[in-house]
Amino acid sequence: MSVLALPAQPGQDSAPPPVPWRGMAWITWRQQRATLIAVPAVLAAVAVFLVIFGLRAHHAYATLENCSLNQGHQSNACSEAFGNFNSTDGPLANAVSILVGLAPVLIGAFAGAPLLARELEAGTYRFAWTQGTVRERQVIAKLVLLGAALVIAAGAFGELFSWFFQPFLWTEQMNRLSEGVFDASGLVFPAFTLVAFTVGAFLGMLFRRVIPALAATLGVYLVLRLGAWVLHGQYPVSTVTGNADLAGSYGTPRLPGFAWILNSWFTTLNGKAVNPAAVSRLVNQYQSNPHQNLSLTKVLAEHGYIEWSRYIPLSRYWPMQFIEAGWLLVLAVGIGAGTVWLVRHRAA
Amino acid sequence: MNVIETCELGKRYGKSWALQDCTLTLPAGHLAALVGPNGAGKSTLMNMTAGLTVPTSGTATVLGGHPAGSPAALNGVAFVAQDAPVYKNLSAGDMLHLTKNLNQRFDTPFARERLADLGIPLNKKAGKLSGGQQSQLALTLALARRPRLLILDEPLAALDPIARQDFLAAVMTAMTDDGVSVLLSSHQVAELERVADFLIVLSRAKLQVAGEVDDLLAGHRLLTGPTAVADEYAGRLTVVQTRRGDAQTHLLVRTSDAAAPVPPGWESHQVSLEEVVMAYLRSPGVSQPAPLTRVQRPQPTEATR
Repeated sequence: MSVLALPAQPGQDSAPPPVPWRGMAWITWRQQRATLIAVPAVLAAVAVFLVIFGLRAHHAYATLENCSLNQGHQSNACSEAFGNFNSTDGPLANAVSILVGLAPVLIGAFAGAPLLARELEAGTYRFAWTQGTVRERQVIAKLVLLGAALVIAAGAFGELFSWFFQPFLWTEQMNRLSEGVFDASGLVFPAFTLVAFTVGAFLGMLFRRVIPALAATLGVYLVLRLGAWVLHGQYPVSTVTGNADLAGSYGTPRLPGFAWILNSWFTTLNGKAVNPAAVSRLVNQYQSNPHQNLSLTKVLAEHGYIEWSRYIPLSRYWPMQFIEAGWLLVLAVGIGAGTVWLVRHRAA
Repeated sequence: MNVIETCELGKRYGKSWALQDCTLTLPAGHLAALVGPNGAGKSTLMNMTAGLTVPTSGTATVLGGHPAGSPAALNGVAFVAQDAPVYKNLSAGDMLHLTKNLNQRFDTPFARERLADLGIPLNKKAGKLSGGQQSQLALTLALARRPRLLILDEPLAALDPIARQDFLAAVMTAMTDDGVSVLLSSHQVAELERVADFLIVLSRAKLQVAGEVDDLLAGHRLLTGPTAVADEYAGRLTVVQTRRGDAQTHLLVRTSDAAAPVPPGWESHQVSLEEVVMAYLRSPGVSQPAPLTRVQRPQPTEATR
């Protein structure tokens, strides 16, 4: 209202009534019933599947752990168990993980894009935004209430998914910090959901149409995920540089997984730089004709080479989560503020 | 108190002005009719006074100096937008509860009683009501807020003649019972003539006429006389509209003295509101000079009546 010059009568304008949270909660529930029922219902259906499938996978994984501890891979029962796990459970888990990766944008865009765009399409904004409650307050209340509901639902779902996917980290040569696992668990999953929701609301207000807003939200989300993927190797958490036999741990199933190796290189035993071509020839030789009882590390050591890795240990999972969820939350608040600005200045 | 005051108010969409340089004062207690052709800026003016649209230039205040759209303004102004938008998937009862939740003041018993009188069932989806019932629902919700200013954008469009009468009767009752001031836009000039006591004419995004109906009727005459001498006579008058026939010419003129004598061969008639409106709408270039009330503008919040 910056253009309106005449001062208001003091006392009446200076203390606007607080946001009517209870009333707005009723309104939000009444108007977003479809979203508030459909999103938890779909998530619950998927959750039931994840629990059933996940229990089976965890059970199978426990068998694999026993196999590698007690008998090696040789026994018939064990090789059958390994085969089953790799050929049937693995691909299914992969498909699930791709769907779960898209879940934040599906939830967020479905809830966010119509929030304001439908009011603008139907013309009902002219009703709602001329009532006694200032329109920014209505929109803030709806964004906060719906956003909170989505964050809770997504948070619970993300935890379930990360439990479900744990046995597959080994077969997929992944860890909890890998793309596709890291951002489908912990705080990051609900944070992405919240960002997608606010982006949907913002673009809905900008385009004033539901369908274009939905489509654009999907595009923006994919760009964001790409950006996060590029960024999340650069987060300021302490890394470890060492010559532990990390690659060796890929050989046997072992919860909770492995470190995230950022890069690795070779030196001689006394730390001098080596010709990478010579090492890669040895590695290729080993891979085409692996020694059954000698690890690659040991073979390399026989030739006087030692492998070094710079990696992020799994203990950095939560710091990484806080960093990524943090900037996503700041982004969500910023986009939410932009939405409210549009509501104030571009209502009609 | 002035329920609406605008000062050089303007709204531009892209390169074209929907309303420009509109300075208007509407004192309290009137039922003001806002007329003008489609696209003249009626809805834009109403949206800005209701606080929905942010002006590009100028200012708009309501209810004695509250900026349009401020909490105090929203609290005292009820707006029924064009086509009476309601949430089609909510029941009439839900709409009532929703409006109650969005306002500090809401007279639920009044709203329930009025909907019952109108035969609008509370459990019926608003989208399933007829156009007329949706208009009545929107008016009921607006009246139950007990506003001091009621802004109605084309409320009569969806109504049949009987519903129109009932609708206007309900508005008039609110005016007499609660002292509500009303700004109402419509194309039904003849119907407005019976109820409006203040007229605002917009044309081509500009304010053309604003004033009390009685003053406007007293200040305009229809002069009829021979075409041969019409131009000479018209030169001495403030002509709003000229209708020239072969023999006779009709001049709708603005005059400060309605009883002033006319030359031989000329007749002077009283005009109806519809004639005044039509004359101005057909002559969009002519605008009413600043009325006397405009001189008192230095203290805009004081009553001008």
